[in-house]
Amino acid sequence: MSNAPVDHGRRRFLTIATSVVGGVGAIGVAVPFIASWNPSERAKQAGAAVSADISKLEPGQLIRVEWRGKPVWIVKRTEQMLAQLAETEDRLRDPGSEVEQQPAYAQNRHRSIKPEILVAVGICTHLGCSPTYLPDDFAAQTEGIRSGFFCPCHGSKFDMAGRVFQGVPAPANLVIPPYMYVDDNTILIGEDEGTV
Amino acid sequence: MFKNMMSWIEYRLPFMDKMNLHVVQYPAPKNFNFWYFFGSLAILVLVNQILTGVWLTMNYVPSAEGAFASVEYIMRDVEYGWLLRYMHSTGASAFFVVVYLHMLRGMMYGSYQKPRELLWIFGMLIFLVLMAEAFMGYMLPWGQMSYWGAQVIISIFGVIPFVGDDLTLWIRGDYVISGATLNRFFALHVIALPLVLVILVFLHIMALHEVGSNNPDGIDIKRDNDGSVEQTAADKKFTFHQYFTRGGKKIIVDAIPFHPYYTVKDLVGVAGFLLIFAFVIFFAPEGGGYFLEKPNFEVANPMKTPDHIAPVWYFTPFYAILRAIPDPLLGAVAMFAAIIALALLPWIDRGTVRSVRYRCELHRWNLVVFCISFVALGVLGVLPATPTYTLFSQFFSFTYFAFFGLLWLYSKNEKTKPLPVRLT
Repeated sequence: MSNAPVDHGRRRFLTIATSVVGGVGAIGVAVPFIASWNPSERAKQAGAAVSADISKLEPGQLIRVEWRGKPVWIVKRTEQMLAQLAETEDRLRDPGSEVEQQPAYAQNRHRSIKPEILVAVGICTHLGCSPTYLPDDFAAQTEGIRSGFFCPCHGSKFDMAGRVFQGVPAPANLVIPPYMYVDDNTILIGEDEGTV
Repeated sequence: MFKNMMSWIEYRLPFMDKMNLHVVQYPAPKNFNFWYFFGSLAILVLVNQILTGVWLTMNYVPSAEGAFASVEYIMRDVEYGWLLRYMHSTGASAFFVVVYLHMLRGMMYGSYQKPRELLWIFGMLIFLVLMAEAFMGYMLPWGQMSYWGAQVIISIFGVIPFVGDDLTLWIRGDYVISGATLNRFFALHVIALPLVLVILVFLHIMALHEVGSNNPDGIDIKRDNDGSVEQTAADKKFTFHQYFTRGGKKIIVDAIPFHPYYTVKDLVGVAGFLLIFAFVIFFAPEGGGYFLEKPNFEVANPMKTPDHIAPVWYFTPFYAILRAIPDPLLGAVAMFAAIIALALLPWIDRGTVRSVRYRCELHRWNLVVFCISFVALGVLGVLPATPTYTLFSQFFSFTYFAFFGLLWLYSKNEKTKPLPVRLT
């Protein structure tokens, strides 16, 4: 054993240097553990765009398409439903769709590319439940309005363009996913390159 | 021969000494009432959960395709599988009943006050881990409520500004709750969190034995050995581990050894508990739809939301607070604040008298209102959110938080009753 006096400066330097190198190593080791929780390649593949055929869609009918495991609604709105959109606006939280819940090409009163066809993610913006489509009985929830969407979980209400009403838990309009028309009767949901 | 072997071990690992320190010669106040059952009952339930849990994993299939069917298989085809599962599912609810009563005991007798702050913090950590454990466990049967309940709870993290969406994606491991989510929750539920839980329970008990047990009078049983208090003949009857007298600096009064006195007393509690527990398992295993909710007997369907989503009863007080506030971010903040406020009790309460028996009248009523608020929020959290119920939730959320505000105010210069010199 050496009897040389302790060099405190050297000891401190070695302690700090070892801690720093060890700390960097610990962060490096944490990376794979944290990153392995991200969606896997297979999950990303399953999240690719899906197409829907709307040639047989009747006025007033709603069909559901699964995109990334979420229900996406495609509704062919009637003339009456479209006319109603203007009437509800003073009772809505965000009638002009200022909050970015939609691609730029859907920031209009009907929140869609073609006025009669609504494409929306059918998940309430409050806590993720799926609202119920009430084509004729919505008046029971909101006086004087015939059609809309009502969330059974916490009572949020949306009009026929997925715009949220005032005084309900949901803070924002329903999400409009990116989509495009491949041809007149086919919608591709999840991709919009080349449109508009 | 046996004696030689024992002393050979004792020299290398002082097992008997530690048994004396923590069990046979551990001084416990002589006036524990029934409120003191719930600590040992919590350990009993933990053992039940671990044991039945290990057995359930032997037949459970953790995948989106197989989970629901494997639970049905356990219920119908595995011998006594139904019993093991009901013991586990009822145990989860029993765990929260016991833990909530255990926490109320601590609040009534001021068991969180100095010097037991760290003990209380460990307890709160156990409560947090327990909630995570229960939430992940409820997802495993992959029923409708497993799925949609998880949907609601995970989206709470989505309200965090900037990182919310990425965070929920990272938690789920998919764009929606899927098999990937189920598998990671299974891993956390059966390995990671139980390990953390057992370690925390160990630390909780070690911290308890360091500062000693509180009691319904909230006065100390370890006193300075300066002649201010005399030991009676009864006090001198028992041998306590020398660690507790701090080398003669302390004397111990009004205490009895944990074993055999409280081991036997706790057995009475165990018998009473098992009576109720067994009744639920055999006659009401679904707990009237509160322990196992009806929609959970239907397999998870991402395309169909149940008409009414309510979490399991033990989360509903906090869920009601979440829903009471219209803004999702503020709602989530309020919900976490409701738990943080409990954890901060040792610092919110500025009083020095511990037990409700000797504190001011206002404190007694404050506690009563707090209990009513907690139960009322629990009831409201199960009900659908109508405007009237939301108003009630807001009212009781307010009274819940008012407990802490009032306590902080009056505890500074509180008019307390005189404390007894010895335990009553």
